Amino acid sequence: MSDDKPTPSPEEQPGAAKAAPASQEEAPPKPPWEDKPVPPVPSDAADDPDVAALAAGVEDAVVEAVAFADQVTVTIPREKVLEACRFLKEERGFSFLVDLTAVDWPEREEGRFDVIHWLHRFEDNRRLRLRTVVAEGEPVASVTGVWKTANWLEREAYDMFGIHFEGHPNLERILTWEGFNGHPLRKDFPVEGIDTGAAIYPDVYPQGGGPMVDGEEKEGA
Amino acid sequence: MGGPLEPLFDVEEMELSFGPQHPATHGVLRVQLKLDGEKILDARPIIGYLHRGTEKLFEQEPFNQCIPHTDRLDYIAAPTNNQGFVVTVEKLLGITIPPRAAYIRMILAELGRISSHLLWLATHAIDLGAITPFFYTFREREEILDLFEAYCGARLTLNAMRVGGLPYDLPDGWVERCAEMMEAFPAHIDEYETLLTENRIWKKRTVGIGVISAEEAIDWGLTGPPLRGSGVKWDIRKVFPYDRYDEVDFEVPIGKNGDTYDRYLVRMEEMRQSVRIIQQCMDRLPDGPIMAKVPKVLRAPEGMVYASVEAPKGELGYFIVTTPKGSQPYRCHVRPPSFVNLQSLPVLVDGLLVADLVAVIGTLDIVLGEIDR
Repeated sequence: MSDDKPTPSPEEQPGAAKAAPASQEEAPPKPPWEDKPVPPVPSDAADDPDVAALAAGVEDAVVEAVAFADQVTVTIPREKVLEACRFLKEERGFSFLVDLTAVDWPEREEGRFDVIHWLHRFEDNRRLRLRTVVAEGEPVASVTGVWKTANWLEREAYDMFGIHFEGHPNLERILTWEGFNGHPLRKDFPVEGIDTGAAIYPDVYPQGGGPMVDGEEKEGA
Repeated sequence: MGGPLEPLFDVEEMELSFGPQHPATHGVLRVQLKLDGEKILDARPIIGYLHRGTEKLFEQEPFNQCIPHTDRLDYIAAPTNNQGFVVTVEKLLGITIPPRAAYIRMILAELGRISSHLLWLATHAIDLGAITPFFYTFREREEILDLFEAYCGARLTLNAMRVGGLPYDLPDGWVERCAEMMEAFPAHIDEYETLLTENRIWKKRTVGIGVISAEEAIDWGLTGPPLRGSGVKWDIRKVFPYDRYDEVDFEVPIGKNGDTYDRYLVRMEEMRQSVRIIQQCMDRLPDGPIMAKVPKVLRAPEGMVYASVEAPKGELGYFIVTTPKGSQPYRCHVRPPSFVNLQSLPVLVDGLLVADLVAVIGTLDIVLGEIDR
């Protein structure tokens, strides 16, 4: 790493060099953009008011609370998802579900997936992230009854990771099609894709023998 | 002849597939309709025809090489897509960018917003039978694309930002050219408004169509003009200012009734506010570097970060998870505004006619590139 050099980016144009001398006249305390970047450091967030309220309001709901880059992440047990979400919406005013997604950690022992809920409160524009560890094959409660936004976002997480959301009114694939074999955002899913012809045209492409197998183009593909 | 009239034709529900190849769906959207004559009983959007696995591709490449992929999400307003991604990575790495870079980013992003709204206006009006605005809006859109071309060589997929700043400074004469365009542009917005705002047919087609209340809009997760059209004053540029949006002065327009007409008015006013932002940025454009001092190979600490920008369609967020010393995202999720906004389509069109479905798809201003990713 060449941290001490002033960004010799290959794309930089001659026009940029003209502007550089002006900044060198700056007084000794360097402006932040000339200093080394300072990455955020995680810290404990158990005394955050929303985390404390959640811990008091729902029994055993808070496993861990971490603040990182001004964002609080609360880890909650899988069984408490629905209860915690209800509580946060009704008692703490988190009326807006911004995002719901998942992360795959195939090697991790306590469970393969992180399901992430990212909540927003309008009154003081606070955001809170819930993280739930889910093992492969384990269902997690759907929050479609709490925020309607969750409907498609959960379908997407199901499609991409194969996480089953219990109580979802219509848990179907959304970006791929019904009959697609596999969950594309799992780490063990190949980047170059899989043979998808088999599911659509079983007579033309037998299972495992489509146009993408071994990188060889199959006849008639 | 006496007795009750016998219906002359079949009155069973009809199923109709609207799209995926239909000019009014603005891309490859398919809506599975259940109809009683012209009346919509049920509408089910079916998406995924443009799925390219962008989020999987993000996991394969170093941070700066992910930026071209973001261009292809909302390909109509590429600058805000780039901005969302670099702002998130900068937050993760703790980078502060120089003011000149921030101001140029804002100019590009607001030009992108105007360009996106012009395309929306043109297609929305054509869908509802008004072809004339198209010729006027595309005249101005062309000028904006020329400005983009003069800046970075590309017209649509700009790849115009880097983690820590910008790849290029503005070329000579660019600011004057942009200032000239911004000087003339408010009068052009008046031109479009003359064609539509008080037009009786336009009002008949849009007033009271696709109504959603503020509570419903929040419950469905709407953001951007669809949320503001329902009267919620909420804009990421105001509530979580990024780059230097806290230093410029602009209004957040809101609607009252949450119908298609109000969303139209909101977007028209947003273009005017964008002009204001661009003019302020150009007046104050400081000298100085356009790139912060960042290492050649970006290495992130372990953690998860979400940051969002106000894209023309709504809140565009990136959620990035990294492993210790990771030089690429371990996972990068895009929160596309169109995806979440489109979800409310069945509610908006409930009980309306097929022709109104076209109006509602237009008013949601969706881009399938970011819905399907």
